[in-house]
Amino acid sequence: MFAKIISGAILGIHSYLVEVEVNASGGMPAFAMVGLLSAEVREAAERVRVAMKNTGIKIPTMHITVNLSPANIKKEGTAFDLPIAVAVMKAANELPDDAAAGMVVIGELGLDGTVKKTCGVLPIVREAIKKGYCTFMVPLENINEAKVFSHVKVYGVRSLAEVMTILRGEEAGDCLKDVDREEDERLKSQNQSPKNTDMVKPGVMGAKGEMTVTATINEKSNNKVNKKTKQQMNEPTDDTSVDFADIAGQEQAKRAAMIAAAGFHHLLLIGPPGTGKTMIARRISTIMPPLTEEESLEVSSIYSIAGLLSSEQAIMRERPFLNPHYTISAQGLTGGGRIPRPGVVSLAHRGVLFMDELPECNRQVIEILRQPIEDKMVSIARASGSFTYPADFIFLGAMNPCLCGFFPDQSKCSCSERDVRRYLARISGPILDRIDICAEVARTSIDALKHGKSGMTSAEMRDGVDIARQAQAQRYQASPYRTNADVAVKDITVFCRLGVSEAALLEEIFQKMNLTARAYHRILRVARTIADLDESGEIKEEHIMEAVHFRLGDGRYW
Amino acid sequence: MDNEKAYQYWLHSVDGIGMKTITLLSSHIGRASDVYRLSAKELKWFLNESQLLKLEQKRRSWDITGEFARLKAKGITFVPYGDNKYPEKLKNLSAPPASLYIKGTLPDPTLPAVALIGTRKCSGYGASMAKRLGLALAKAQIEVISGMARGIDGIGQKAVSETGGRTFAVLGCGVDVIYPEENAPLYRQIVENGGIISEYSPGTAARSALFPPRNRLISGLADAVIVVEARDKSGTMITVDMALEQGKDIYSLPGRATDPLSVGCNRLIKQGASPVVSVEEFVAEILSESKRKLSSEVISLKKRRQTKGGTKNTASEDRTMVDSDNDTLLFSQETLGFEGDEEVLTTMNSDEQAVWAGLDYTPRSLGFIAELCPQIGYQALLSILIKLCLKGVVMQMGTGNYCRAVK
Repeated sequence: MFAKIISGAILGIHSYLVEVEVNASGGMPAFAMVGLLSAEVREAAERVRVAMKNTGIKIPTMHITVNLSPANIKKEGTAFDLPIAVAVMKAANELPDDAAAGMVVIGELGLDGTVKKTCGVLPIVREAIKKGYCTFMVPLENINEAKVFSHVKVYGVRSLAEVMTILRGEEAGDCLKDVDREEDERLKSQNQSPKNTDMVKPGVMGAKGEMTVTATINEKSNNKVNKKTKQQMNEPTDDTSVDFADIAGQEQAKRAAMIAAAGFHHLLLIGPPGTGKTMIARRISTIMPPLTEEESLEVSSIYSIAGLLSSEQAIMRERPFLNPHYTISAQGLTGGGRIPRPGVVSLAHRGVLFMDELPECNRQVIEILRQPIEDKMVSIARASGSFTYPADFIFLGAMNPCLCGFFPDQSKCSCSERDVRRYLARISGPILDRIDICAEVARTSIDALKHGKSGMTSAEMRDGVDIARQAQAQRYQASPYRTNADVAVKDITVFCRLGVSEAALLEEIFQKMNLTARAYHRILRVARTIADLDESGEIKEEHIMEAVHFRLGDGRYW
Repeated sequence: MDNEKAYQYWLHSVDGIGMKTITLLSSHIGRASDVYRLSAKELKWFLNESQLLKLEQKRRSWDITGEFARLKAKGITFVPYGDNKYPEKLKNLSAPPASLYIKGTLPDPTLPAVALIGTRKCSGYGASMAKRLGLALAKAQIEVISGMARGIDGIGQKAVSETGGRTFAVLGCGVDVIYPEENAPLYRQIVENGGIISEYSPGTAARSALFPPRNRLISGLADAVIVVEARDKSGTMITVDMALEQGKDIYSLPGRATDPLSVGCNRLIKQGASPVVSVEEFVAEILSESKRKLSSEVISLKKRRQTKGGTKNTASEDRTMVDSDNDTLLFSQETLGFEGDEEVLTTMNSDEQAVWAGLDYTPRSLGFIAELCPQIGYQALLSILIKLCLKGVVMQMGTGNYCRAVK
């Protein structure tokens, strides 16, 4: 008897669907598994056998062959336990023939038959929806990841026994969560459509007449998030515990943070110890716009693959803020392992990567950031292939200007000039060249601290950022860009157009200050963001000047 | 004679043999070549054990003519005490150096000389004042003596040599050792427009112990000492102490009472040093003072030089001789050639002037400047500041601070 179940797997950041084929035939009793399996998948045989036995399901004494197809991709992970078990039960005639037809099954098994949490449910579900599937069976702990999408039917299961009950068509109990009765009905009629189980047939779902339900599903990355489950997701919390208003003075640094958040520019904070660099960095989350739905799915997929989504927090709504300790290794940053798991740069995707005490980092580790900062992705080559993870983040660095921290205040700095040079040289030119904005965090006078002139609050700054983001959304709606920092050099003259006098001014600056071409473009992009903050259509003189003010290098520190 | 110098070079290069021993040897034995020929047994009367050991070692390893030729090839002049080139000013020191090594020339004794000294780690204010002073002194043909150190010394000397003035650096290492390394371009400039001077034999590496003694030479070669910036206890203050011992005039650049970099300077003023309130006045004062001192000596010196046939600098001497009455007039701002603040102001509009007024030669933060000119908005203020930077009259320090730039 032959049976087939659809499941899914992760390769790097990409997910793909896997057909779990089981054939039970006469011959020497055996349990053979094929399909380019890694060790943990191979071990599934034992888990499945014992789990079934402990659930009271008899395994036929037959020659059982399990094939995971496509057989040319190396399978990893423990998510195949449950689909293998279901397929075996089907092959052993324990389940009706049409059981689990058109259903995607994911889950790990314990020896007692419990279904355990696995990684990567969200991206697999997302991929399956693209391919036209809309019924899922996932571990109960992962159910929220699947329920992120609307118009899908999700079974959250706790044990193999429960799986049996559901698939035998008996009462599903509380396994079927939060799916509208009405929707349920409609889905029932659709359940038949992917029966031919041709995986690469997204058109199947788009059968005429049912478009109202499915239209949104098949559209590229237009997976609408189920509104009902939003409460369970990590909604942007109006966290009042941190606010830019906590910081007395430092208007310069706050302004720089606001520009960075508005245009997604990389930012470097330099200043003596104890002046609030870290405080400012931690508050940048409070002024970042929330993730769009598309971004939220992208980020959540990465977190799902990394196994960092909890059952409560099924989807990331807030921008990630990653603050690795400066002892982080290169693998920790980019992603390590034979099949690399997402590293910190990928976990910071669409968010902020904050590196405190930047010069204390291993030089090699800082240099690794070159590629992700420039290409907004990270490529890792391993024996098993080259993996590319998205890594589009705001790089936010904080550092002291010298070992004692007081340079260039010569009355306090106790470092020799050579020491200062050596300290600053820990950050290489290519990294500095990629940083758009540099803000000095100066020491605040005791008066300012006492009388707490707090200046801009997070809410005010966020309003500014929102205005600038709207302007950018409008400007880039027909282009692949999202923010000013994205604009490629070839398009910079289109989107960052200057008037005659402004162009002349920038040219003068370019020549007098001896700028590089990259610095020139950087100033343009930042000036564009400043103009957006000002709600100005054109980049005016003062916008350029402010961008010049915040630029880095040219012999000022380096 | 030259041959005798080669022997002297050998003797002076022996570690542990200084002025005292050399005087002893020359009074009892005579010339250095005679010392060379004496046996260890005979020398034992004049030298202690370690000195003798080192002398013996040097005698074995040293190639008298070869080493001296090498010294010459490096362009280094060897001037032992008693040589006619040996500066008069140093002869009067309580501990005159046994010999001098010079790359370039020695200061012209007929010209006034000022020691421009200060801290290695200076503020923007100190740097700009050192530059101004160097410029003014160079224009007034006053020679500038300093230590070619980081900070004030180097900045002042750079300004002098770039203006075409003459400046001399006394080093705490061999004259062929460039310390600090980053002043290598300045070193070459000084060799061209003055001289590098040291009492240590060539090849001596820089050691902290060697620096305080060289300070006595800096003040010794100068007629007056100007302290630009100094902490309360610093090498600069050692130089000042030595200058006081030598009876030199001390000038001090006043600073803010709160600035640790100016504490030394302000204290000196309290103790009686002349405060420098204007660069022009200072230069004029130095000139008239030097003339008063020189008037008696110059004529005899001049005669001596003329008999030797070297009249290189007579033109400048004449100039310093002639206009004794109206120095202040002669060295007004214009002749000194740097734009005064007032002149800079004429090229600005009213807003720029207001921002300029809020700036100083020490860096000020943007917030501070903004408070001083509240009528100007944040972005307008930035625009003005960057514009002034483009004009070259303002400098951006770090990214958040601005200060006036010295042209």
